[in-house]
Amino acid sequence: MNHETLIPMIGVITNIKQETPDVKTFQIINREGKKPFAHMPGQCGMVSIPGVGEAMFSITSSPTLTEYLEFSIKACGKLTDALFELEEGDEITVRGPYGNFFPVEDALKGKDLLFIAGGIGLAPLHSVINYVRDKKNEYGNIQVVYGSRSVEDLVRYDEITEEWMKDENMKVHLTIDNKQDGWDGHVGFIPDFVKELKPDLSKTVLICGPPIMIKYTLAGLKELGFQDTQIYTTMELRMKCGVGKCGRCNIGSKYVCKDGPVFRFDELDVLPDEY
Amino acid sequence: MKKLPIEKIDMFFQILSKEYPIYLPVDNKSKVAEFTKYEDGKEWSEQLNTVRSAKDFFFPQVENMMRFETDGKKIEVYDMYEEKEDFIIFGVRACDVRSFSILDSVYLAEPVDSFYKNRRDHGIVISMACTRPNTTCFCENFSIDPTNPEGDVTAWRTNEAVYFQANNDKGEKVLSKVARLLVEDSNEKVQEQKKKTKEILNRLPFHNLDLSYFKEENTMEIFQSKLWETMSESCLGCGTCTFVCPTCQCYDIREYNTGNGIERFRCWDSCMYSDFTKMAHGNPRKSQVERFRQRFMHKLVYAPTNNFGVYGCVGCGRCVEKCPVSMNIIKVIKTLEEK
Repeated sequence: MNHETLIPMIGVITNIKQETPDVKTFQIINREGKKPFAHMPGQCGMVSIPGVGEAMFSITSSPTLTEYLEFSIKACGKLTDALFELEEGDEITVRGPYGNFFPVEDALKGKDLLFIAGGIGLAPLHSVINYVRDKKNEYGNIQVVYGSRSVEDLVRYDEITEEWMKDENMKVHLTIDNKQDGWDGHVGFIPDFVKELKPDLSKTVLICGPPIMIKYTLAGLKELGFQDTQIYTTMELRMKCGVGKCGRCNIGSKYVCKDGPVFRFDELDVLPDEY
Repeated sequence: MKKLPIEKIDMFFQILSKEYPIYLPVDNKSKVAEFTKYEDGKEWSEQLNTVRSAKDFFFPQVENMMRFETDGKKIEVYDMYEEKEDFIIFGVRACDVRSFSILDSVYLAEPVDSFYKNRRDHGIVISMACTRPNTTCFCENFSIDPTNPEGDVTAWRTNEAVYFQANNDKGEKVLSKVARLLVEDSNEKVQEQKKKTKEILNRLPFHNLDLSYFKEENTMEIFQSKLWETMSESCLGCGTCTFVCPTCQCYDIREYNTGNGIERFRCWDSCMYSDFTKMAHGNPRKSQVERFRQRFMHKLVYAPTNNFGVYGCVGCGRCVEKCPVSMNIIKVIKTLEEK
């Protein structure tokens, strides 16, 4: 361990998968060929290309995957665009893990879980979903509602159809925003879809997606009778340090990088809504 | 108490400067006091305060942290951490000394910021009691006694001398280096001076602000106040308040291509700037209203919530003096508290 958390270690990209037109999944190991650091589901890592910049990304892979770290990243800025130019074998820097994690060790234990994800919002939830799948004796059944703009924009589509949908402990509901040739699945926005599905009120909910999707889905869940105390989300704010010092991700008395990124909705209710 | 006759002050600096780099307030060409490294001919400025706070010594405006060299697919990281040598900061006022403990609560919290700790471990603070507090001063509201500053050594100026008292081993060690200049004396003269200073303090317009409204349970009420809109109307978002503030500690991390490798440094940043929170998907603080509110919410509500009731302000008055549109924390406190 370095004396200073801000100084990163070298990561080697071993595999790049084009998930959608604007999402790629990067597999990262260290120079010794090992996973750069251990993490818990929902935690984040700082990824950087020296000379371009550094940013926080949620770790997409499950902690149960011990060979490498995976980040599913959407190209939407300077650093992410540069990451998209990289090839297998290229080096980057990584540091972490940062933040808290979904309460897989206590509150989620034994619970039936409902995951609701929109677009790239699947990335952080993917880590928990596979963690729970790998430890299925410790949790109840899994329901996933996942939606995107189009079929092409569904991240991890192969894994969802080949593995998740074939898992008898799992129920996966996909939706896309608009009708599309060759798609016989659900069409429509996630908040409405969740209401139609009328999930059992005993479930614990984990939700991640664009702010507008979270807002309307949350309202729908509450209409159905879900309580804030059974719904978790993970937040995104600009970060530089990752350890609650640079001040950027401060909301109320919390720092998202350190006190979050995972929050239960009753915790968010008492914070200023600056996210 | 150790007494140094004022005519020997230059010898005091000369002797100490042989052992340590020593920084003290010196007037620049524009008659503005700035912390300056002592060398022959530099004169200690007894102005009330330096234009910039003393936080630079521990949290410099720009600090290189690491260097990268890239070669094809390969990257090498070089740590630029270097153990510092001991140094003295002389003449730090009570407000600035207190700011160090506020910075400590952030930078020395786990995981410890090693760059900050390095400087903090090697910095020796000789504070200087105030004798002529100004109308912009309001440190007393934050339980700071300007006649009794903290620090490794506390110093008091009287008409004909400077009195010293070491507050810990670090301070004892420094005073031992100049022992031959110092004479033991009673604290009578210091007490007299303190009494005079206190009389001035009691006449200051902002020495008795009511801060009781600014506490955790009022977070949402204060946050949702409509008054932020009017208070922030004149704010230019220039960030001067954050730069002169001894407790503002937010930073950015940036990179610079030296032509011979990339250096990654941190530098002061300001929540008053529009890109402070700007992300690829948007900005949660869209206008100056939110950014202005964040700065004062942090100092007056969030900081005490996280740090045992300690506000993120030491009442040094720099922002009061420097804001180009005369908006400041005192106006914010009064406006919100009077509602």
